Amino acid sequence: MAVTYGEGVDSGVIVGADSRTSTGSYVANRVSDKLTPVHDSIYCCRSGSTADTQAVADYVRHFLAQHAITLDSKPQVKTAAYLFQKLVYNNKDRMSASIICAGWDPVNGGSVYCVPLGGACVQQDFAIGGSGSTYIYGLMDASYRVGMSKAECIDFVKKTISHAMARDGSSGGVIRLAAIDKTGVERFFVGGNDLPFTPQ
Amino acid sequence: AHTRHIFWISTRRRDPLFVQFATMELPGALPNNAPRTHTTQPILTGTSVLAVKYADGVMMSSDTLASYGGLARFSNIVRLHPVGDNTLIGCTGDLSDFDQVKRHLHDLIVEDFCADDGDKITAPEIYSYLSRLLYNKRSKMNPYWTSLIVGGVSNGKTFLGIVDKLGMNFEEDFLTTGYGSHLALPILRNKWKPDMTEAEAKALLDECMRVLFYRDCRTINKITTGKITGAGPASVSAPYSVTTEWDLESFKKSKSSGDSAGSW
Repeated sequence: MAVTYGEGVDSGVIVGADSRTSTGSYVANRVSDKLTPVHDSIYCCRSGSTADTQAVADYVRHFLAQHAITLDSKPQVKTAAYLFQKLVYNNKDRMSASIICAGWDPVNGGSVYCVPLGGACVQQDFAIGGSGSTYIYGLMDASYRVGMSKAECIDFVKKTISHAMARDGSSGGVIRLAAIDKTGVERFFVGGNDLPFTPQ
Repeated sequence: AHTRHIFWISTRRRDPLFVQFATMELPGALPNNAPRTHTTQPILTGTSVLAVKYADGVMMSSDTLASYGGLARFSNIVRLHPVGDNTLIGCTGDLSDFDQVKRHLHDLIVEDFCADDGDKITAPEIYSYLSRLLYNKRSKMNPYWTSLIVGGVSNGKTFLGIVDKLGMNFEEDFLTTGYGSHLALPILRNKWKPDMTEAEAKALLDECMRVLFYRDCRTINKITTGKITGAGPASVSAPYSVTTEWDLESFKKSKSSGDSAGSW
Protein backbone atom coordinates (compact mmCIF):
# COMPACT_ATOMS: atom_id res chain seq x y z
CA MET A 1 0.00 0.00 0.00
CA ALA A 2 1.06 3.61 -0.37
CA VAL A 3 -0.06 6.71 1.51
CA THR A 4 0.70 10.38 0.92
CA TYR A 5 1.33 12.84 3.74
CA GLY A 6 2.20 16.50 4.08
CA GLU A 7 1.71 19.49 1.77
CA GLY A 8 3.32 20.68 -1.45
CA VAL A 9 7.04 20.17 -1.79
CA ASP A 10 7.27 19.01 1.83
CA SER A 11 4.91 16.18 1.12
CA GLY A 12 6.02 12.62 0.79
CA VAL A 13 4.75 9.07 0.61
CA ILE A 14 4.99 6.00 2.76
CA VAL A 15 5.01 2.72 0.84
CA GLY A 16 4.57 -0.54 2.68
CA ALA A 17 4.07 -4.23 1.97
CA ASP A 18 4.12 -7.64 3.61
CA SER A 19 6.80 -10.17 2.69
CA ARG A 20 5.01 -13.36 1.68
CA THR A 21 5.37 -14.87 -1.80
CA SER A 22 3.20 -17.94 -2.16
CA THR A 23 2.85 -20.72 -4.73
CA GLY A 24 -0.61 -22.00 -4.03
CA SER A 25 -0.61 -22.48 -0.29
CA TYR A 26 3.16 -22.96 0.03
CA VAL A 27 5.19 -19.97 1.19
CA ALA A 28 7.92 -19.74 -1.40
CA ASN A 29 9.58 -16.76 0.25
CA ARG A 30 8.65 -15.54 3.74
CA VAL A 31 10.89 -12.45 3.61
CA SER A 32 10.37 -11.08 0.10
CA ASP A 33 10.85 -7.41 -0.72
CA LYS A 34 7.84 -6.18 -2.67
CA LEU A 35 8.95 -2.54 -2.61
CA THR A 36 11.00 -1.93 -5.71
CA PRO A 37 12.70 1.32 -6.67
CA VAL A 38 12.28 2.40 -10.29
CA HIS A 39 14.20 5.59 -9.67
CA ASP A 40 15.93 7.37 -6.77
CA SER A 41 12.70 8.64 -5.24
CA ILE A 42 10.08 6.56 -7.02
CA TYR A 43 9.06 3.15 -5.74
CA CYS A 44 6.49 0.61 -6.80
CA CYS A 45 4.53 -1.88 -4.72
CA ARG A 46 4.17 -5.08 -6.67
CA SER A 47 1.29 -7.54 -6.43
CA GLY A 48 0.01 -10.32 -8.67
CA SER A 49 2.41 -12.57 -10.53
CA THR A 50 5.96 -12.04 -9.24
CA ALA A 51 7.48 -12.83 -12.63
CA ASP A 52 5.26 -10.32 -14.42
CA THR A 53 5.75 -7.52 -11.90
CA GLN A 54 9.51 -7.98 -11.75
CA ALA A 55 9.73 -7.86 -15.54
CA VAL A 56 7.53 -4.76 -15.76
CA ALA A 57 9.44 -2.99 -13.00
CA ASP A 58 12.72 -3.76 -14.74
CA TYR A 59 11.41 -2.26 -17.99
CA VAL A 60 10.12 0.85 -16.22
CA ARG A 61 13.41 1.33 -14.40
CA HIS A 62 15.25 1.06 -17.71
CA PHE A 63 13.04 3.61 -19.47
CA LEU A 64 12.96 5.99 -16.50
CA ALA A 65 16.74 6.00 -16.29
CA GLN A 66 17.02 7.09 -19.91
CA HIS A 67 14.23 9.60 -19.48
CA ALA A 68 15.93 11.14 -16.45
CA ILE A 69 19.08 11.70 -18.51
CA THR A 70 17.25 13.44 -21.34
CA LEU A 71 15.17 15.43 -18.84
CA ASP A 72 18.26 16.28 -16.78
CA SER A 73 16.25 16.14 -13.58
CA LYS A 74 14.28 13.74 -11.41
CA PRO A 75 11.40 12.25 -13.43
CA GLN A 76 7.88 12.83 -12.21
CA VAL A 77 6.02 10.03 -10.43
CA LYS A 78 3.19 10.42 -12.91
CA THR A 79 5.62 9.62 -15.73
CA ALA A 80 6.64 6.40 -14.03
CA ALA A 81 2.98 5.58 -13.47
CA TYR A 82 2.28 6.26 -17.14
CA LEU A 83 5.06 3.86 -18.14
CA PHE A 84 3.57 1.20 -15.88
CA GLN A 85 0.19 1.86 -17.39
CA LYS A 86 1.44 1.46 -20.96
CA LEU A 87 3.06 -1.88 -20.19
CA VAL A 88 0.19 -3.32 -18.18
CA TYR A 89 -2.50 -2.09 -20.57
CA ASN A 90 -0.84 -3.30 -23.76
CA ASN A 91 -0.19 -6.71 -22.26
CA LYS A 92 -3.36 -7.03 -20.26
CA ASP A 93 -4.31 -10.40 -21.70
CA ARG A 94 -0.85 -11.84 -21.07
CA MET A 95 -0.10 -10.65 -17.59
CA SER A 96 -1.33 -10.56 -14.05
CA ALA A 97 0.27 -7.45 -12.60
CA SER A 98 -1.24 -4.94 -10.22
CA ILE A 99 1.09 -2.11 -9.25
CA ILE A 100 1.07 0.93 -7.03
CA CYS A 101 3.56 3.56 -8.15
CA ALA A 102 4.46 6.10 -5.48
CA GLY A 103 7.24 8.56 -4.79
CA TRP A 104 8.40 12.13 -4.63
CA ASP A 105 9.33 14.54 -7.39
CA PRO A 106 10.25 18.27 -7.31
CA VAL A 107 7.23 19.27 -9.42
CA ASN A 108 4.36 17.60 -7.54
CA GLY A 109 5.80 16.52 -4.20
CA GLY A 110 4.59 13.16 -2.98
CA SER A 111 2.03 11.29 -5.07
CA VAL A 112 0.49 7.83 -5.39
CA TYR A 113 -0.81 6.21 -8.56
CA CYS A 114 -2.63 2.89 -8.75
CA VAL A 115 -2.25 0.73 -11.90
CA PRO A 116 -4.50 -2.29 -11.37
CA LEU A 117 -4.93 -5.41 -13.53
CA GLY A 118 -6.51 -3.88 -16.64
CA GLY A 119 -4.00 -1.06 -16.99
CA ALA A 120 -5.98 1.93 -15.80
CA CYS A 121 -4.05 4.61 -13.94
CA VAL A 122 -5.72 6.35 -11.05
CA GLN A 123 -4.11 8.94 -8.77
CA GLN A 124 -5.16 8.66 -5.15
CA ASP A 125 -4.21 9.99 -1.71
CA PHE A 126 -3.72 6.42 -0.63
CA ALA A 127 -3.85 3.10 -2.45
CA ILE A 128 -4.01 -0.53 -1.41
CA GLY A 129 -3.54 -3.63 -3.52
CA GLY A 130 -2.93 -7.35 -3.41
CA SER A 131 -5.08 -10.18 -2.10
CA GLY A 132 -4.90 -8.99 1.51
CA SER A 133 -6.20 -5.55 0.59
CA THR A 134 -9.78 -6.79 0.41
CA TYR A 135 -9.76 -7.24 4.18
CA ILE A 136 -8.69 -3.69 4.94
CA TYR A 137 -10.88 -1.54 2.69
CA GLY A 138 -13.24 -0.99 5.59
CA LEU A 139 -10.42 -0.21 8.00
CA MET A 140 -8.89 2.25 5.54
CA ASP A 141 -12.19 3.97 4.84
CA ALA A 142 -12.86 4.30 8.54
CA SER A 143 -9.46 5.46 9.71
CA TYR A 144 -7.65 7.29 6.89
CA ARG A 145 -7.44 11.04 7.43
CA VAL A 146 -6.06 13.62 5.04
CA GLY A 147 -3.17 15.59 6.55
CA MET A 148 -1.59 12.95 8.78
CA SER A 149 2.01 13.57 9.76
CA LYS A 150 4.81 11.33 8.56
CA ALA A 151 4.98 9.48 11.87
CA GLU A 152 1.21 8.97 11.95
CA CYS A 153 1.31 7.67 8.39
CA ILE A 154 4.01 5.17 9.23
CA ASP A 155 1.99 3.83 12.16
CA PHE A 156 -1.11 3.80 10.02
CA VAL A 157 0.56 1.75 7.28
CA LYS A 158 2.05 -0.70 9.82
CA LYS A 159 -1.32 -1.18 11.48
CA THR A 160 -3.36 -1.71 8.33
CA ILE A 161 -0.86 -4.11 6.77
CA SER A 162 -0.85 -6.10 10.03
CA HIS A 163 -4.61 -6.42 9.83
CA ALA A 164 -4.43 -7.69 6.27
CA MET A 165 -1.71 -10.17 7.23
CA ALA A 166 -3.83 -11.45 10.10
CA ARG A 167 -6.72 -12.41 7.84
CA ASP A 168 -5.27 -13.18 4.41
CA GLY A 169 -3.55 -16.56 4.00
CA SER A 170 -1.46 -15.20 1.13
CA SER A 171 -0.06 -12.37 3.25
CA GLY A 172 2.35 -12.65 6.12
CA GLY A 173 5.92 -12.49 7.30
CA VAL A 174 7.42 -9.08 8.02
CA ILE A 175 6.37 -5.56 7.09
CA ARG A 176 8.69 -3.54 4.89
CA LEU A 177 8.21 0.23 4.66
CA ALA A 178 9.87 3.05 2.80
CA ALA A 179 9.38 6.75 3.50
CA ILE A 180 10.07 8.86 0.42
CA ASP A 181 10.34 12.65 0.48
CA LYS A 182 12.61 15.44 -0.71
CA THR A 183 15.45 14.17 1.48
CA GLY A 184 15.40 10.74 -0.15
CA VAL A 185 14.33 7.27 0.90
CA GLU A 186 14.35 5.80 4.40
CA ARG A 187 13.61 2.10 4.78
CA PHE A 188 12.02 0.43 7.78
CA PHE A 189 11.59 -3.14 8.86
CA VAL A 190 9.02 -4.58 11.24
CA GLY A 191 9.85 -8.18 12.15
CA GLY A 192 7.25 -10.92 12.44
CA ASN A 193 7.38 -10.76 16.22
CA ASP A 194 6.79 -7.00 16.38
CA LEU A 195 3.62 -6.73 14.33
CA PRO A 196 1.08 -4.26 15.76
CA PHE A 197 -1.74 -6.76 15.26
CA THR A 198 -1.84 -10.56 15.09
CA PRO A 199 -4.72 -13.06 14.90
CA GLN A 200 -6.66 -13.07 18.16
CA ALA B 1 -31.17 -32.47 -16.29
CA HIS B 2 -33.31 -32.37 -13.22
CA THR B 3 -36.95 -32.08 -14.19
CA ARG B 4 -39.49 -31.00 -11.69
CA HIS B 5 -42.72 -33.00 -11.67
CA ILE B 6 -45.69 -31.63 -9.81
CA PHE B 7 -48.44 -34.15 -9.16
CA TRP B 8 -51.59 -32.81 -7.71
CA ILE B 9 -55.11 -32.54 -9.00
CA SER B 10 -55.48 -29.12 -10.42
CA THR B 11 -58.05 -27.51 -12.57
CA ARG B 12 -55.10 -25.85 -14.29
CA ARG B 13 -53.24 -29.03 -15.11
CA ARG B 14 -53.97 -28.92 -18.76
CA ASP B 15 -53.19 -25.23 -19.03
CA PRO B 16 -50.08 -25.14 -21.24
CA LEU B 17 -48.33 -22.46 -19.17
CA PHE B 18 -48.85 -24.43 -15.99
CA VAL B 19 -47.61 -27.63 -17.57
CA GLN B 20 -44.53 -25.79 -18.79
CA PHE B 21 -43.80 -24.52 -15.29
CA ALA B 22 -44.50 -27.86 -13.68
CA THR B 23 -42.17 -29.79 -15.91
CA MET B 24 -39.40 -27.30 -16.63
CA GLU B 25 -35.76 -28.07 -16.19
CA LEU B 26 -34.04 -26.39 -13.26
CA PRO B 27 -31.04 -24.52 -14.61
CA GLY B 28 -27.68 -25.77 -13.44
CA ALA B 29 -29.12 -28.95 -11.95
CA LEU B 30 -27.62 -32.40 -12.38
CA PRO B 31 -29.60 -35.12 -14.19
CA ASN B 32 -32.35 -36.87 -12.21
CA ASN B 33 -30.46 -40.14 -12.34
CA ALA B 34 -27.06 -38.77 -11.22
CA PRO B 35 -25.78 -39.80 -7.79
CA ARG B 36 -26.64 -37.31 -5.11
CA THR B 37 -23.45 -35.79 -3.77
CA HIS B 38 -22.94 -33.73 -0.69
CA THR B 39 -19.42 -32.85 0.32
CA THR B 40 -17.66 -32.21 -3.00
CA GLN B 41 -15.17 -29.63 -1.83
CA PRO B 42 -13.98 -28.65 1.62
CA ILE B 43 -15.20 -25.19 2.70
CA LEU B 44 -14.10 -24.34 6.23
CA THR B 45 -10.82 -26.15 6.74
CA GLY B 46 -8.12 -26.90 9.25
CA THR B 47 -4.53 -27.56 8.20
CA SER B 48 -1.90 -30.01 9.47
CA VAL B 49 -2.02 -32.19 12.55
CA LEU B 50 1.16 -33.83 13.86
CA ALA B 51 1.39 -36.71 16.30
CA VAL B 52 4.23 -38.69 17.88
CA LYS B 53 4.45 -41.63 20.23
CA TYR B 54 6.58 -40.84 23.27
CA ALA B 55 7.43 -42.48 26.60
CA ASP B 56 4.08 -41.86 28.31
CA GLY B 57 1.81 -42.18 25.28
CA VAL B 58 0.92 -39.99 22.32
CA MET B 59 1.42 -36.26 21.86
CA MET B 60 -0.47 -34.37 19.14
CA SER B 61 -0.21 -30.82 17.86
CA SER B 62 -2.20 -28.54 15.59
CA ASP B 63 -2.87 -24.84 15.13
CA THR B 64 -6.16 -23.17 15.99
CA LEU B 65 -7.08 -21.72 12.61
CA ALA B 66 -10.18 -22.42 10.50
CA SER B 67 -9.57 -21.17 6.96
CA TYR B 68 -12.34 -20.22 4.58
CA GLY B 69 -10.33 -20.65 1.39
CA GLY B 70 -7.67 -17.97 1.69
CA LEU B 71 -9.39 -16.15 4.53
CA ALA B 72 -8.18 -16.85 8.05
CA ARG B 73 -11.72 -16.91 9.34
CA PHE B 74 -11.77 -18.27 12.87
CA SER B 75 -8.62 -18.26 14.94
CA ASN B 76 -9.69 -20.09 18.09
CA ILE B 77 -10.75 -23.51 16.81
CA VAL B 78 -9.41 -26.53 18.65
CA ARG B 79 -8.90 -29.41 16.23
CA LEU B 80 -7.77 -31.91 18.85
CA HIS B 81 -10.63 -33.78 20.46
CA PRO B 82 -10.60 -36.22 23.38
CA VAL B 83 -12.88 -39.22 22.85
CA GLY B 84 -13.88 -41.14 25.94
CA ASP B 85 -11.14 -41.75 28.48
CA ASN B 86 -8.56 -43.43 26.32
CA THR B 87 -8.35 -41.62 23.00
CA LEU B 88 -7.38 -38.32 21.39
CA ILE B 89 -8.18 -37.51 17.78
CA GLY B 90 -6.94 -34.67 15.59
CA CYS B 91 -8.61 -33.51 12.38
CA THR B 92 -7.39 -31.93 9.17
CA GLY B 93 -9.81 -30.89 6.43
CA ASP B 94 -13.43 -29.83 6.38
CA LEU B 95 -14.58 -28.81 9.85
CA SER B 96 -18.27 -29.40 9.26
CA ASP B 97 -17.41 -33.01 8.47
CA PHE B 98 -15.31 -33.09 11.64
CA ASP B 99 -18.42 -32.00 13.56
CA GLN B 100 -20.30 -34.94 12.04
CA VAL B 101 -17.52 -37.35 12.96
CA LYS B 102 -17.59 -36.02 16.53
CA ARG B 103 -21.32 -36.71 16.69
CA HIS B 104 -20.82 -40.31 15.50
CA LEU B 105 -18.09 -40.79 18.11
CA HIS B 106 -20.29 -39.35 20.84
CA ASP B 107 -22.93 -41.92 19.95
CA LEU B 108 -20.27 -44.63 20.29
CA ILE B 109 -19.33 -43.36 23.74
CA VAL B 110 -22.94 -43.29 24.89
CA GLU B 111 -23.47 -46.83 23.58
CA ASP B 112 -20.31 -47.92 25.38
CA PHE B 113 -21.55 -46.34 28.60
CA CYS B 114 -24.91 -48.08 28.32
CA ALA B 115 -23.26 -51.44 27.72
CA ASP B 116 -21.89 -51.04 31.24
CA ASP B 117 -19.59 -54.00 30.90
CA GLY B 118 -16.62 -52.69 32.85
CA ASP B 119 -14.61 -51.91 29.70
CA LYS B 120 -14.18 -48.49 28.18
CA ILE B 121 -13.77 -48.11 24.43
CA THR B 122 -10.12 -47.84 23.34
CA ALA B 123 -8.15 -46.06 20.63
CA PRO B 124 -7.73 -49.06 18.28
CA GLU B 125 -11.51 -49.52 18.37
CA ILE B 126 -12.16 -45.86 17.60
CA TYR B 127 -9.61 -46.09 14.78
CA SER B 128 -11.27 -49.17 13.33
CA TYR B 129 -14.71 -47.56 13.56
CA LEU B 130 -13.51 -44.38 11.86
CA SER B 131 -11.82 -46.28 9.04
CA ARG B 132 -15.07 -48.14 8.31
CA LEU B 133 -17.11 -44.96 8.63
CA LEU B 134 -14.91 -42.97 6.25
CA TYR B 135 -14.57 -45.82 3.75
CA ASN B 136 -18.32 -46.28 3.71
CA LYS B 137 -18.90 -42.59 3.03
CA ARG B 138 -16.24 -42.63 0.29
CA SER B 139 -17.90 -45.61 -1.33
CA LYS B 140 -21.15 -43.67 -1.53
CA MET B 141 -19.29 -40.80 -3.21
CA ASN B 142 -20.04 -38.56 -0.25
CA PRO B 143 -16.87 -38.48 1.82
CA TYR B 144 -16.11 -36.89 5.13
CA TRP B 145 -13.38 -34.65 3.74
CA THR B 146 -11.04 -35.13 6.65
CA SER B 147 -7.83 -36.81 7.71
CA LEU B 148 -8.10 -38.06 11.26
CA ILE B 149 -5.20 -39.02 13.52
CA VAL B 150 -6.18 -41.33 16.36
CA GLY B 151 -3.95 -41.83 19.37
CA GLY B 152 -4.33 -43.49 22.74
CA VAL B 153 -3.01 -45.82 25.42
CA SER B 154 -4.81 -48.92 26.63
CA ASN B 155 -3.69 -52.09 28.34
CA GLY B 156 -0.24 -50.61 28.56
CA LYS B 157 0.10 -50.31 24.80
CA THR B 158 0.39 -47.04 22.91
CA PHE B 159 -1.60 -46.74 19.71
CA LEU B 160 -1.28 -44.19 16.91
CA GLY B 161 -3.09 -44.43 13.55
CA ILE B 162 -4.45 -42.32 10.72
CA VAL B 163 -7.59 -42.51 8.58
CA ASP B 164 -8.22 -40.32 5.56
CA LYS B 165 -11.25 -39.38 3.45
CA LEU B 166 -10.75 -42.39 1.17
CA GLY B 167 -10.75 -44.77 4.10
CA MET B 168 -7.00 -45.35 3.79
CA ASN B 169 -5.64 -46.21 7.22
CA PHE B 170 -2.40 -47.29 8.84
CA GLU B 171 -0.53 -47.16 12.12
CA GLU B 172 2.88 -45.61 12.79
CA ASP B 173 5.16 -44.20 15.48
CA PHE B 174 4.64 -40.64 14.19
CA LEU B 175 2.05 -39.27 11.80
CA THR B 176 1.30 -36.08 9.92
CA THR B 177 -1.51 -34.73 7.75
CA GLY B 178 -1.74 -32.03 5.11
CA TYR B 179 1.31 -29.81 4.68
CA GLY B 180 2.81 -31.55 7.67
CA SER B 181 3.41 -34.57 5.48
CA HIS B 182 5.58 -32.47 3.18
CA LEU B 183 7.33 -30.25 5.67
CA ALA B 184 7.23 -31.91 9.09
CA LEU B 185 7.48 -35.61 8.23
CA PRO B 186 11.11 -35.37 7.04
CA ILE B 187 12.01 -33.66 10.32
CA LEU B 188 10.22 -36.35 12.33
CA ARG B 189 11.88 -39.10 10.32
CA ASN B 190 15.25 -37.63 11.25
CA LYS B 191 14.64 -36.68 14.84
CA TRP B 192 12.01 -38.98 16.31
CA LYS B 193 13.25 -41.65 18.61
CA PRO B 194 11.36 -44.14 20.78
CA ASP B 195 10.57 -43.27 24.42
CA MET B 196 11.22 -39.53 24.29
CA THR B 197 10.34 -37.58 27.40
CA GLU B 198 7.36 -35.25 27.34
CA ALA B 199 9.66 -32.22 27.03
CA GLU B 200 11.57 -33.77 24.12
CA ALA B 201 8.36 -34.69 22.31
CA LYS B 202 6.95 -31.19 22.77
CA ALA B 203 10.19 -29.59 21.56
CA LEU B 204 10.16 -31.78 18.47
CA LEU B 205 6.53 -30.97 17.67
CA ASP B 206 7.09 -27.26 18.30
CA GLU B 207 10.03 -27.30 15.90
CA CYS B 208 7.80 -28.85 13.23
CA MET B 209 4.97 -26.39 13.94
CA ARG B 210 7.42 -23.48 13.55
CA VAL B 211 8.39 -24.71 10.07
CA LEU B 212 4.72 -25.10 9.20
CA PHE B 213 3.95 -21.56 10.39
CA TYR B 214 6.77 -20.26 8.19
CA ARG B 215 5.86 -22.21 5.09
CA ASP B 216 2.14 -23.06 5.09
CA CYS B 217 -0.10 -20.16 4.04
CA ARG B 218 -3.05 -21.57 5.95
CA THR B 219 -1.61 -21.39 9.47
CA ILE B 220 -1.36 -18.97 12.33
CA ASN B 221 1.09 -18.92 15.22
CA LYS B 222 -1.40 -20.20 17.74
CA ILE B 223 -1.01 -23.86 18.61
CA THR B 224 -2.58 -26.42 20.88
CA THR B 225 -0.81 -29.56 21.96
CA GLY B 226 -2.68 -32.53 23.37
CA LYS B 227 -1.42 -35.60 25.09
CA ILE B 228 -2.97 -38.92 25.92
CA THR B 229 -1.34 -41.23 28.42
CA GLY B 230 -2.53 -44.26 30.33
CA ALA B 231 -3.50 -42.01 33.22
CA GLY B 232 -6.98 -40.71 32.44
CA PRO B 233 -8.61 -38.76 29.61
CA ALA B 234 -6.62 -36.75 27.09
CA SER B 235 -5.72 -33.20 27.95
CA VAL B 236 -5.40 -30.43 25.38
CA SER B 237 -3.29 -27.41 26.25
CA ALA B 238 -4.42 -23.81 26.06
CA PRO B 239 -3.29 -22.08 22.85
CA TYR B 240 0.31 -20.84 22.81
CA SER B 241 2.78 -19.47 20.25
CA VAL B 242 6.10 -20.82 19.08
CA THR B 243 9.09 -18.49 18.81
CA THR B 244 9.89 -17.34 15.29
CA GLU B 245 12.92 -15.68 13.82
CA TRP B 246 12.64 -12.77 11.38
CA ASP B 247 15.65 -10.59 12.01
CA LEU B 248 18.52 -12.23 10.20
CA GLU B 249 20.57 -9.60 8.38
CA SER B 250 19.81 -11.14 5.00
CA PHE B 251 16.10 -10.92 5.79
CA LYS B 252 16.18 -7.28 6.86
CA LYS B 253 18.28 -6.07 3.98
CA SER B 254 16.33 -4.43 1.18
CA LYS B 255 16.57 -6.71 -1.82
CA SER B 256 16.30 -4.13 -4.52
CA SER B 257 19.56 -2.51 -5.44
CA GLY B 258 21.44 -1.35 -8.49
CA ASP B 259 20.95 -3.57 -11.45
CA SER B 260 17.79 -5.49 -10.94
CA ALA B 261 14.39 -5.24 -9.38
CA GLY B 262 15.83 -8.11 -7.45
CA SER B 263 13.09 -7.99 -4.86
CA TRP B 264 13.02 -11.67 -4.30
